[in-house]
Amino acid sequence: MSTELGLPVFTNTSEEDLGGRWGMVIDQDICTGCQACVAACAMENNIPFVGEVDAAYGRSLQWIRIERFWEGTFPEVKMTPYQPMMCQQCHRAPCEPVCPVFASVHSAAEDLNLQVYNRCVGTRYCSNNCPYQARTFNWRDYTDSSLHPELTTLHNQLNPSVTVRRRGIMEKCTFCIQRIRQSEDAAKAENRELQDGEVVPACAQACPADAIVFGRIDDPESRVSQAARSARGYHHLEELGTLPRVTYLKGETDGRRG
Amino acid sequence: MAVAARPIPRAQQHAQEHDDPREHLMHDPKPRGEMNAMVLESMHTAGWRFYAATGVLMLLVLTCFFYAWYYMIANGLGVAGVNRPVFWGIFLVNTVFWIGISHAGTFISAILRVMKIEGRRPFTRAAELMTTFGLVQAGASIFMHMGRVWLAYWLFPFPNERGLWPNFHSPLMWDFLAINTYLLCSTMYLFLPLLPDIAMVRDHTTGWRKVPYRILSLGFRGTEGEWKNLQTAMNIFAFAIIPVMFSVHTIVSWDFAMAMRPGWSSSVFGPYFVVGALHSGMAAVAIVLFMIRSTMKHMTYFIRPEHFNLIGKLMLIVSMTWAYFYFNDYLVPWYGGDKWEKLLQEFTEKGPLWYLWYIMLIANIAVPWLILWNRKWRSTPWLLATVGVIINIGMWIERYVIIPEGLTINRMPFTWRLYVPAVEIFLTIGTISLFMLLYMLASRLIPIIPVWEVQEGQAAHMLRKVGKAQVSTVSDIE
Repeated sequence: MSTELGLPVFTNTSEEDLGGRWGMVIDQDICTGCQACVAACAMENNIPFVGEVDAAYGRSLQWIRIERFWEGTFPEVKMTPYQPMMCQQCHRAPCEPVCPVFASVHSAAEDLNLQVYNRCVGTRYCSNNCPYQARTFNWRDYTDSSLHPELTTLHNQLNPSVTVRRRGIMEKCTFCIQRIRQSEDAAKAENRELQDGEVVPACAQACPADAIVFGRIDDPESRVSQAARSARGYHHLEELGTLPRVTYLKGETDGRRG
Repeated sequence: MAVAARPIPRAQQHAQEHDDPREHLMHDPKPRGEMNAMVLESMHTAGWRFYAATGVLMLLVLTCFFYAWYYMIANGLGVAGVNRPVFWGIFLVNTVFWIGISHAGTFISAILRVMKIEGRRPFTRAAELMTTFGLVQAGASIFMHMGRVWLAYWLFPFPNERGLWPNFHSPLMWDFLAINTYLLCSTMYLFLPLLPDIAMVRDHTTGWRKVPYRILSLGFRGTEGEWKNLQTAMNIFAFAIIPVMFSVHTIVSWDFAMAMRPGWSSSVFGPYFVVGALHSGMAAVAIVLFMIRSTMKHMTYFIRPEHFNLIGKLMLIVSMTWAYFYFNDYLVPWYGGDKWEKLLQEFTEKGPLWYLWYIMLIANIAVPWLILWNRKWRSTPWLLATVGVIINIGMWIERYVIIPEGLTINRMPFTWRLYVPAVEIFLTIGTISLFMLLYMLASRLIPIIPVWEVQEGQAAHMLRKVGKAQVSTVSDIE
């Protein structure tokens, strides 16, 4: 496979069936900023607690974070809607070409950005090149129980479907690829097509306001595709040409709030 | 038309008429045996100061380099100061800094050799040693920076059962290959002109010490054919290493320029980094020459004010070139007014680390411009070495402004955070100590002065009288 310029393409070109093109819609107008998605993501993906000191220093390992911005001082505070931010699963991801060892690769089947943990050597170039700052690095062995003895009990609830990462490697949101695979396998076993809404990532499952919608964006009838066509929809840093898969809704034009 | 003959006033005499030509090394020849003995004695002499300094440096290398690195490998990069927006910290600053230092060696040695600048002769080796030892520090700094350094060999394109190759699309991969190429080339280029001097040492050494010199001299006897082959090889390497030198620092700059980041994505970064490398490298040569001259025996004969004058002139030119490139790199984003570039410039100039930006400009531009224009000042060894130290501090800060400060400001304002170095400081001291230690050991193991080159130069130079002026001539024998 090559581009029109005849350059070799460093992507997965194995003869897999094309899987679903997965995408997400986040409605900022109904997001309450409750952080339930952050907690659910940590539970699902074995994201360790880094402790207060490291978290305050910018080393928290959250794959999804709720950004909030405000202007002015109390009481004249002007707030913008909450902004959940995670890996945008760019179609043209800046993190991929810069990895010297192919730890950050693109899956041709699902069109997702994959991080190969056991290939990563920790140069951290991918995270420098990520305009969304969506990548997190394991600065220490946070699963080492001597680091935070008070949190040791949390190690008993690790998800067996997800790798526990060690120090020195990069990680990021995977769109809960383990859940995608489980649902696909279940559908295959029952010899049927995957239904819309069958795959729910942890953040979407936990969202009490139902602000996160997940599904196949190659199916125009799916809920996520319909939501993404909203007039309120936009992509973050669209001008960089990364073609992100996460559509944000903001603007209150359809009167769902206030 | 009558021409009124007037005597030329004394004040209009040319400056060099006052100079005693014997002040120049090339016109102050010594017999071969005597010069060999001087260099050998400088290698043999090691007083208590040498042993004390070596001991302190060894201690520093053991603690600040090896132990600090072991501590970081054992505990993860959390013991360093790097955090979420500032993923690359002082390790990369040190890498770029040491590669910059390593550039002076090639510049002085190869470019001045190719251009036949005669003043280079006594200190080419001192500069070449800086290249090799500086690259060792640069390589170590890159490995320190890696999260899982024990897997660093995955960057080598070696055949393996997984069928995996490194990613040749990654600027880091280019960087890795370029630094390796430069290290290999510069080591060979260091070795070739060293060969006759190693043979000289072999001929004057007895006992077990003779064995390594006999092996390293590769049986060099000084026949005409050997000299001819050596000159050819040195000529090829001198020409070939110049593009390698330029490409290495350009590729280092691409690590930053290729990234999609405000402040980094700049097309002027290649030449700007090359000139920045020469700026710190030339300054480091001045420091090293001052140290050699003031601590080693007989070195006041070989390294004279005229050589500091030459390096001072080069430092001034490079400083002006650096200012030109910095102005370009600064003006275009400023005029362009991109939101993120503007925020980054405001952060570097008015942010919590505003003083670094001013120190950088003063140390890299103001200090050299104000001091190096004066021939008497730049010929003063201690003053030039002081300027060299100031420039090196300024160039280190320049990399600090580009890397950790540039990373602080990104397109996601929610993640902006300051960078507070921790173990990096010890590892920086460790690399500086290792560099100095390697240099001190080398100064006693190999002749730090290329004796044959000095002798060749002295044989080629002569003074002729043209009218009343004494003119220095040199026969072109290369």
